[in-house]
Amino acid sequence: MNQLFFSLVIFGGSLFAGLLGSLTGLGGGVVLVPMLALLFKVDLHYAIGASLISVIATSSGSAAAYVREGYSNIRIGMFLEIATTLGAIAGAWLATRTPTRGIAIVFGLVLLYSVYLSLHGHDDATVPRNKWSDRLKMNGKFPGPGGKDQTYAVKNIPGGFATMFGAGTLSGLLGIGSGAVKVLAMDHIMRIPFKVSTTTSNFMIGVTAAASAGIYLRRGYIDPTLAAPVMIGVLIGSLAGAKVLVRSNVKSLRLIFSAVIFFLAAEMIYNGIAGKV
Amino acid sequence: MRQPTDDQVDILIGQVLRGGVLLSSAVTFLGLALFLMHHSSATPNYATFHSINGSLRHLGQLFPDAIHGNPLAIIQVGILLLIATPVARVAFLVGAFALERDRLYVGVSGLVLLVLLYSIIFAK
Repeated sequence: MNQLFFSLVIFGGSLFAGLLGSLTGLGGGVVLVPMLALLFKVDLHYAIGASLISVIATSSGSAAAYVREGYSNIRIGMFLEIATTLGAIAGAWLATRTPTRGIAIVFGLVLLYSVYLSLHGHDDATVPRNKWSDRLKMNGKFPGPGGKDQTYAVKNIPGGFATMFGAGTLSGLLGIGSGAVKVLAMDHIMRIPFKVSTTTSNFMIGVTAAASAGIYLRRGYIDPTLAAPVMIGVLIGSLAGAKVLVRSNVKSLRLIFSAVIFFLAAEMIYNGIAGKV
Repeated sequence: MRQPTDDQVDILIGQVLRGGVLLSSAVTFLGLALFLMHHSSATPNYATFHSINGSLRHLGQLFPDAIHGNPLAIIQVGILLLIATPVARVAFLVGAFALERDRLYVGVSGLVLLVLLYSIIFAK
């Protein structure tokens, strides 16, 4: 397989991964890394490096659109980014000390958990205002149904902060945005409304990935000839996916794709245990 | 100086992000196209990990190499621009919070900026 052909195939695969990641709401990295590692036999380190770059591109590219809708909460995002960036540095540090097989198994488990979370329902009960939510200026409002602004406050900030550190670590170790864990921290633990959690999470993903991408770049884990088609492919795929999402109800599509991701997760775990990655 | 509203800040941030992604994608694409023009028939090997060529990992060496037309260095500069995009967003927010006289969040975003700069320049 020559370089031109390989680049085109990688570009096409990344386009597909970006599309799938955006339609399931799980992000391009969760499809990309298993695809590169299992299908194209790319070393897991290179796959993770290229994926991190694509994660920054997707997050930054789509955040521009979300910001205008008025859902994301910049102060909550910024405060929690202290935790995710520190976690990302820890994750990049762990990446050199964890055997590839171990990374593959952790990747599969995180993937399974993400699928579970994405299919799981969420309740939108808001919490009353409280001292720390006021002090840290995290209360917010968002356009609710019927054009009336809905207000919300935040609880269990230390719990959310700690979980965000974990999300950052997974992001730095696995090269994914770990959006599912970020939403878990905000939606389930801090009780932030779901829509605010998902858009704020998208916003944070790029900053988190940037913290470990610099380390990967200087370590030589980012191969330019691989990262370039991956980055461009995932970016175009996820932007296209966002357009499809707006136009159609994708509940059944989501189920099918979740099954694909479930299969990828099982493959990663199997290959990790069998030592084939 | 007039205080910016949160909405104005949001819109400007959106433009910073979009501009950064567009610029870095264009540079990366240029580098990839140049590389494929000269090396389209080479056989790639990503299956074994060998940590890429030293000069492509050294931030100070990348820009001179890119200006001399080294396609791989051009791609890495594009990637570096992409990594810089969220960093620029955080730096921008430090300024926006300062204009809003929100000391707490000048501190919070300043801290995030420091962590990012540390990770990109020093962390191993």
